[in-house]
Amino acid sequence: MRPMDDIITLAYGSGGKKTSELIEEMLLPAFGNDILGELGDGAILPNEPGERLVMSTDSFVVTPYVFPGGDIGKLAVCGTVNDIAVSGGEPKYLSLAVILEEGIPTADVARIVCSIAETAKRANVRIVTGDTKVVEHGKADGLFINTTGIGVLRHPGLSPKAIREGDVVLVSGTVGDHGTCVMLARNPNLVRGGILSDCAPLYDLTKALRPLGTGLRVMRDPTRGGVATTLNEFTEGTALSIELDESAIPVKKEVRSASDILGLDPLYSANEGKILAVVAPGQAEEALRLLRSVPEGRDACAIGRVTASHPGKVLVRTPYGGSRILVKLAGAQLPRIC
Amino acid sequence: MRPSEPREKTIRLMEVCGTHTMAIAKAGIRSLLPPDVELVSGPGCPVCVTDQSAIDAVLALSDEKNVILATYGDMVRVPGSVRGDSLARRSAKGARVEVVYSPMDSLTVARENPGCEVVFLGVGFETTAPGTAAFVRAAKESGLGNVSCLPLLKTCEPVLRALIADPDFNVDGFLLPGHVSTILGEEGFRFLADEFGIPGVIGGFEPEDVILALSRLIRQIRNGEARIENAYRRAVRPEGNPIARRMIAEVFEPADSLWRGIGMIPESGLAIREEYASVDAAKRFGLVIRETPEPAGCRCGDVIRGAVRPEDCPLFGRVCFPEDPVGPCMVSSEGACAAAYKYRPAE
Repeated sequence: MRPMDDIITLAYGSGGKKTSELIEEMLLPAFGNDILGELGDGAILPNEPGERLVMSTDSFVVTPYVFPGGDIGKLAVCGTVNDIAVSGGEPKYLSLAVILEEGIPTADVARIVCSIAETAKRANVRIVTGDTKVVEHGKADGLFINTTGIGVLRHPGLSPKAIREGDVVLVSGTVGDHGTCVMLARNPNLVRGGILSDCAPLYDLTKALRPLGTGLRVMRDPTRGGVATTLNEFTEGTALSIELDESAIPVKKEVRSASDILGLDPLYSANEGKILAVVAPGQAEEALRLLRSVPEGRDACAIGRVTASHPGKVLVRTPYGGSRILVKLAGAQLPRIC
Repeated sequence: MRPSEPREKTIRLMEVCGTHTMAIAKAGIRSLLPPDVELVSGPGCPVCVTDQSAIDAVLALSDEKNVILATYGDMVRVPGSVRGDSLARRSAKGARVEVVYSPMDSLTVARENPGCEVVFLGVGFETTAPGTAAFVRAAKESGLGNVSCLPLLKTCEPVLRALIADPDFNVDGFLLPGHVSTILGEEGFRFLADEFGIPGVIGGFEPEDVILALSRLIRQIRNGEARIENAYRRAVRPEGNPIARRMIAEVFEPADSLWRGIGMIPESGLAIREEYASVDAAKRFGLVIRETPEPAGCRCGDVIRGAVRPEDCPLFGRVCFPEDPVGPCMVSSEGACAAAYKYRPAE
């Protein structure tokens, strides 16, 4: 077989020979499985009677497409499987649609494909259908990826509506790692901190909480908008509030320092490997023990409580005895002047 | 400093640094103050005091073919005199805007885009002025020919004097800006105590720093004293940073400047000296900043002067939000309105 060109050209998106090359030389060897191997127009999936399905989709456009601790490929798998996992599902299948910008080095694409395959294996999901397109130079930022996932519902009933006064809010680990890491990667000359993205598949973590039953009210992965935005989604339009203890929220020292320099707030920075869970007060200790039994949850801790003091709001109690309302993120976080 | 020491009159303190505004709001310091102490924000956010007419000029410049604007991130969402019109919007429609962390990054942008004119928006107070001066010097020395600086810098003393001269001025003491003081030193603020009998304490930016500075300020006022104290000695020397000041003086000269909500204050801005005219964007592009009226109902000007609190503005949280701001105080991460909105106290 002829080796592929060193860069991706429009020909790879033509649907002809070059497209077949891309599929057969790069994609199939990485993802090969019996369902994908059929190369039909659609994937035919097995299903047990009575099973309820969970479906989620997400598109990935991160710049730069490779960052410390991961790349857009790993993110594209984790993002979608995590959305299924926190919905109470066991992720099973993924579709993969890639939009490549003409001129992207083939080696970069191969690296990302490899990363997708590794992460899918780790997350125990199969890529069963896909699509590739190539657009002209300047029409995409290297590459964009969309993944859609299907999973089987294992933990029904999870919903913000299940939250009750007195419930405890848990986080599975340190906050703001991914967002800070990407901001640093975009400004490599400014601060170097060795901060890694926390990007990781989280099904093991969500599965660990299954013994809690209805004591687990809701889970979310606080991606864009961060912890502050996700918690606001829990309380919005309800008669309940969440009161956070600022000093209990785990933030890595280097993330805090870099955020200070960049003018970011870790509570609003994206996470790609953390969950927020609201649990019944009597089961908080058990939930923490379960979370900490999984590597991704070893730094889990309780950060707040559900109250009725400020309906619809999220509050932060500062270490100095003051308190303030934590609102949703408005627009993008912008670096500041001084 | 216990609430049990009543006073007939409320003590009004003003912080004149956007970073203080943010730190105070974020740590919830207002809720810790004695009931007779009120904290108001002053003209300390460089983005907020940039007049909308200057923003209009910048927006017009962004439409020029081949111009790349290099700017600090805060400036991107600030609206000009037309609501919703900002560099962010112009950029979405094709204008080239590069967010930089250091003015020196503009040189890199200029090198990478030889066919374009790169203009750095030099916004800020004495804290950013030395870095901007270094950039202006480097831009001239680089011989690149396609990089310049639009000087929108402001200085502290003239605006503080203008505030004090205002008949409505009602502030008992100043929490002085730690960053600016690293350049100006304690000396730079002596005039407050010596000429006007107003005490001031230089404070750092950790919540503990702010609390320390405020407690010293309150103590002075309760004791009837008026001194300039330094509660941020780990960063601020009494004499400040003379080298940085020399650098400012070498590149810039005082010039009249428009302040949002306050108007023209003589010699309160910094213009680029004639020797550096070749890298002065105002001259290169023949920019004229024409005064334009403020948006109806927006009280940013009064907020900047400490005359009203953000919550007192009829637009605050009703039609003016961080995601859709009317005035600059709601945009900048250090604006008084943005701080008040983002970190609302939980009462």
